[in-house]
Amino acid sequence: MDKFVRLEGLVAPLDRANVDTDAIIPKQFLKSIKRSGFGPNLFDEWRYLDVGEPGQDNSRRPLNPDFVLNQPRYQGAQILLARKNFGCGSSREHAPWALLDFGFRAVLAESFADIFFNNCFKNGVLPIVLPATEIDALFALVGATPGYRLLIDLERQQVIRPDGRALPFAVDAFRKECLLNGWDDIGLTLRHAELIKAFEDRRRIEQPWLFA
Amino acid sequence: MSQTLYEKLWQDHVVHQQADGTALIYIDRHLVHEVTSPQAFEGLKLAGRKPWRVSSIVATADHNTPTDHWERGIEDPVSRLQVETLDANIREVGALAYFPFRDPRQGIVHVVGPESGATLPGMTVVCGDSHTSTHGAFACMAHGIGTSEVEHVLATQCLLQKRSKTMLLQVDGVLGKGVTAKDVALAIIGRIGTAGGTGYAIEFAGSAIRGLSMEGRMTLCNMAIEAGARLGLVAVDEVTIDYLRGRPFAPQGEQWERAVVAWRRLHSDPDAHFDCVVELSAADIRPQVTWGTSPEMVVPVDACVPDPASEPDPTRREGMQRALSYMGLRPNLPIREIWLDKIFIGSCTNSRIEDLRAAAGIVRGRKVAGSIRQALVVPGSGLVKQQAESEGLDQVFIAAGFEWREPGCSMCLAMNADRLEPGERCAATSNRNFEGRQGAGGRTHLVSPEMAAAAAIAGHFCDVGEWL
Repeated sequence: MDKFVRLEGLVAPLDRANVDTDAIIPKQFLKSIKRSGFGPNLFDEWRYLDVGEPGQDNSRRPLNPDFVLNQPRYQGAQILLARKNFGCGSSREHAPWALLDFGFRAVLAESFADIFFNNCFKNGVLPIVLPATEIDALFALVGATPGYRLLIDLERQQVIRPDGRALPFAVDAFRKECLLNGWDDIGLTLRHAELIKAFEDRRRIEQPWLFA
Repeated sequence: MSQTLYEKLWQDHVVHQQADGTALIYIDRHLVHEVTSPQAFEGLKLAGRKPWRVSSIVATADHNTPTDHWERGIEDPVSRLQVETLDANIREVGALAYFPFRDPRQGIVHVVGPESGATLPGMTVVCGDSHTSTHGAFACMAHGIGTSEVEHVLATQCLLQKRSKTMLLQVDGVLGKGVTAKDVALAIIGRIGTAGGTGYAIEFAGSAIRGLSMEGRMTLCNMAIEAGARLGLVAVDEVTIDYLRGRPFAPQGEQWERAVVAWRRLHSDPDAHFDCVVELSAADIRPQVTWGTSPEMVVPVDACVPDPASEPDPTRREGMQRALSYMGLRPNLPIREIWLDKIFIGSCTNSRIEDLRAAAGIVRGRKVAGSIRQALVVPGSGLVKQQAESEGLDQVFIAAGFEWREPGCSMCLAMNADRLEPGERCAATSNRNFEGRQGAGGRTHLVSPEMAAAAAIAGHFCDVGEWL
């Protein structure tokens, strides 16, 4: 996993509540057995005018000019500004894989669905919860300011606006450490292998039917 | 000190706890399917790691598998490669049980786990699938995980977790005619919203829940994720124990007796504290129909499609307008005047034997309306299919004009060939009515099996309670 320390990047707004993982990456692309290559199909049904299938040459497909990410001013965006309950629906990790592959490293929203939120941290994508008033203000600023950028400082847990206003955000200490260092948490867990073994041995004696 | 069921389960699985509250939680059962596992097996291999405990793994192929012409195999080469990759991974790694494509016990992972007795009370159950919440019906701490966590469980038999808040969802009273567990689930989501359960473990309790069969409880817990909850739970009682007795992977003899004693403590203590309590009266719940593109966009069958003009919140109003436009519906249209093109009875929500019996009870001796282009019944597993056929339910459906299919996830998410065409409208017993969920441009209305069966006969929605 790539480290996430500071990110200064262009912001793209996606002004809808309850954006689900079927919208983020439709099911036909989940047939892949790889972790990469999902970016061209991010938001596929909103982004293109035709129906997407795996294996297409996406560069030849007709783009939906009304979809926000197709607008020239948001090309190269690394920060996605979203509404409440972003990432609801399935557990597919293909959703953060697609966001990352497209170029997003952070998503700002009023709230996130639980599994999606968790999956982001495993992939070096930072989901940031901000109060509704701040999200509203950011939507207004992004809409009114071509090239609007934000600075995200994970160490200080702040989103810093160009006008200098700093928006604090919460993040679990452990997840923060993992992101700052790009740690593989399987490796961290295996440092506790002896504890796991002891727990398992005890459980096997107390509830042997769980180990049939 | 009094504890909720969730707190008991949590405490029973903590291997190690860090200062910030992040805990290492032991995983008893790991369910695996073809879509979310290939990258995890690959990651494990690339890192030179071995699976921690293969006897925790129960695997099956369900999302991609076709539901007809099994003699032809899987014709889509991309789907076939994914299913073959699961075959190869399990062959290499091993498992307690593997039910591959065309095995008589193959089926939807959340149907197969409980029916084989691989899901037992008090377990932690995980799977790379959000509807793993289904297994909470057995008082399991069961939830969906992403592929990185699938790999983490394979390698360590543990997950890093933070404890959820607790919500008690109390439903008391008697359900009315034609009102099912699915209607209870949809009514709850209508009440608390699709983010209402975010951050919570929901325990379903009350006399109406106690009155549900295990199938009904599974339907309810299955939909807990649609309320945003990490997991759903129902306490163990005689219904749970009766269901499990004699299942292939359930304990036998002296072990069974010991297990039952342990399981009987899997309930919340009488004075346990919940962070949030929501109460519903069973008698107030009517058969439900979703009208929009989120499960919270739901109304009783006797109601009308809501009017965005009366919604004060601008984001919600825009969401409603977008949903109505996608669904091709106008405000204030009575739900009973919505005509359907397709009917789908199946999915991990509603494809168990009780669901098929209930739907067959409605269609028996009747015919699917001429305006319906396709009506599918997709049993949840090979064993459900066998059972239904032994009761003659397949003949009831076929005589009415339904197609009787092989088991799998099918048109719930349309990863195989079963799907809606753009603009087609479907009454579905599945769990998500998101845009494009059942096929690009497809329009989904979520209902119970009984309501879907009645809609198939009438061609439009109607109150199935009036048919009983």
